[in-house]
Amino acid sequence: MIRRAIDLQVGEKGIVSDFESEDLPIKLLEMGCLPGSELEIKLLTPFNGPLVMRIADSDVAIRKDLASKILLEIQ
Amino acid sequence: MRGSSRSMRIALVGNPNTGKSSLFNSLTGLNQKVSNYPGITVEKKTGFFKLPNGNVAEITDLPGTYSLNPSSLDEAVVLNFLANPKKNEKPDGVIVVIDATNIKRNLYLLSQVLDLNFPTIVVLNMMDMVERKGIEIDVEKLSSIYGVPFIPMTARKGIGSQELKNQIIEYKPEERSHIYNVTSNSGEWLRESLKITQSNNAYASWLLSIQEDGYSQIADDKREQIKLLLDRESVNKNKERSKEAIKRYQFVNQSIKEAVKVNPDKDRSFTARIDRVLTHKVFGLLILFAVLAIIFQAVFAWAEGPMNFIDESFSHLSIWVKGNLTPGPLTNLISDGLIPGVAGVVIFIPQIAILFTFIGVLEESGYMARVVLLMDKIMSKFGLSGKSVVPLISGTACAIPAIMATRNIENWKERLITILVTPFTTCSARLPVYIILISLIIPDQRFLGFNIQGLALMVMYLIGFLAALIGGYVLSRMIGVKSSAPFIIEMPSYRLPLYKNLFYTVIEKSKSFVVGAGKIIIALSVVLWILATNGPSKSYDLTDQQIEMRLGDKVDSDRLTSQIESYRLENSYIGILGKAIEPAIKPLGYDWKIGISLITSFAAREVFVGSIATIYSVGAEDETTIVRKMKNEINPDTGKPFFTSAVGMSLLIFYAFAMQCVSTFAVVKKETNSWTWPIFQLVFMSAFAYLMSFITFTLLK
Repeated sequence: MIRRAIDLQVGEKGIVSDFESEDLPIKLLEMGCLPGSELEIKLLTPFNGPLVMRIADSDVAIRKDLASKILLEIQ
Repeated sequence: MRGSSRSMRIALVGNPNTGKSSLFNSLTGLNQKVSNYPGITVEKKTGFFKLPNGNVAEITDLPGTYSLNPSSLDEAVVLNFLANPKKNEKPDGVIVVIDATNIKRNLYLLSQVLDLNFPTIVVLNMMDMVERKGIEIDVEKLSSIYGVPFIPMTARKGIGSQELKNQIIEYKPEERSHIYNVTSNSGEWLRESLKITQSNNAYASWLLSIQEDGYSQIADDKREQIKLLLDRESVNKNKERSKEAIKRYQFVNQSIKEAVKVNPDKDRSFTARIDRVLTHKVFGLLILFAVLAIIFQAVFAWAEGPMNFIDESFSHLSIWVKGNLTPGPLTNLISDGLIPGVAGVVIFIPQIAILFTFIGVLEESGYMARVVLLMDKIMSKFGLSGKSVVPLISGTACAIPAIMATRNIENWKERLITILVTPFTTCSARLPVYIILISLIIPDQRFLGFNIQGLALMVMYLIGFLAALIGGYVLSRMIGVKSSAPFIIEMPSYRLPLYKNLFYTVIEKSKSFVVGAGKIIIALSVVLWILATNGPSKSYDLTDQQIEMRLGDKVDSDRLTSQIESYRLENSYIGILGKAIEPAIKPLGYDWKIGISLITSFAAREVFVGSIATIYSVGAEDETTIVRKMKNEINPDTGKPFFTSAVGMSLLIFYAFAMQCVSTFAVVKKETNSWTWPIFQLVFMSAFAYLMSFITFTLLK
């Protein structure tokens, strides 16, 4: 099943499968958020603020609009 | 690594939060200097240390980055320093610092640096945490995979520095092949770009060619040629870079499979538990506000004692100079112009030291990243960074340390806007002005149990905050500075701050303020002093008796000294200037007496009180006397009291918005590394203050 990272609850994980946009910041890939890597949602912040995901063995915060473009394969 | 007669140059590279600064501090101690990279406001930290063979090595601490492909000006420094160094800056070798507890992302950067073919040593830092986190690292294996020595270290505790120094002199580069073969992965265009950039390293040339505008510093004509080349070959920069990321991570993941065993992370649960509280939507925000309140309280109150001490010491020094040097203009210049000018610089050090101790604790503990997380949503609406809350809150004590605190904001546009709007917040220098004006026009009565004067003061604080936020909103849409830095922020694990690092930060910030902004503050305050104590000889160079005669029947024998003082100020150059601007400030309801005070208080807002006291020949600076005197002032045009509530409100509003502070001007010049921004800020703040005061006066008149 494919879901967007933004739709996951804290503690849920998946494998990055694709991105919904062509011009994502490359920094995201360079931080290890690549197709095939495991991603877990660690924290959601109040007032629709950024979320924290675990990727490549560390926690990284991104804004919601970017998270909505990351597609995950959920086992 | 080998240096000839000159000292060996080493570049220190690594991800943020790897303990790079701890390593830098432990190697160099106080032998460090901070300067700016030419043309930009990124700090350049260089230091020196002795090698076991007696030679001296020069080490440059480059900004932390995750990749050689920059997404901010700070990170661009790393790219240019390594891939396109200036002739006399090319490093002889590179030390890459790796956080052993977060090895994957760190190895990615290492793999990029290695492809630039510098002699490289890897510092595997934070080894003390590795075991606790359940990680096993085969150091030998990593060394053989990457073809460079890995030195296990715990820089915080100074463990491993001797081995590192030994390795630096014993190092012999090994033959190694490229990790990412850029020539086979990129098109034919790379061959041509090599010719244009005149680089002997294909990867360096590739890096310089595919960056967004403004990041790679190559000559304009070469940049043009590369642009044409990329267009002609229709090179997709994003595709080039994502290909690199994917290929490199394949290599890195393989190496980790062979050399690193990561067991389920025991330690991370500690950080996760703290995070559950600190980023909670109720407790998290409460704790954040408590932290901000403590910082505000500290900068505001704790600094008071040392500041009074500095103030008193310098006035004693002034008196001593006056009493012990031959009286004359030079002595006056030293005792009344220069010494107060220097005092005006030194007086900020307690606040700077206190604020930066706190900021150091926030940064080093990892809490600052959570502040950004909590505040990002609100602050980004106003064009500010989540980190801007700290400068904005500390600006309520004083704009000087607050503006220096914007250094921690990575995104240049957000940083610039924070610098520009911070002086709107109600700093402590505005307080004496507000108190005089409020007691002048607001009755000392109670309303629903609240003192109205107190409420008025609170409203002034709110106005300051609102002006800062709205200013941010407007400026973020007005200023065309490019800012592509995406919001992708690593959340470091919580850690105890290292007092040694805090100590170096405080020393370095205080030093850079005194050296960088001090000159301008001293120069401008001396100029203002000269203008206030000199005048055209005909009316100014009179003896006390002559002035007494000129005053004629107005002489009041009890207040003669202050009347003479008042006469002198009125006839000084500043007095003349104050009179000259009267037509310009008349629409705001001001006369030349206020005009003089506006000009003198450009040195610092609180000077307004002293100037008013002098002009009204009050003699003493105590508040009630000044207020009484001002209340009795009659407007010659109307025959009624001059300080109506319209005039008072107009003045309050003027001081809320106008820049009126030499030190802020100087520190903005230093922090933006340009004259454009402080002048822009002075003009827009003054214009805004003028407009708002005009509206206030016209409406209330």
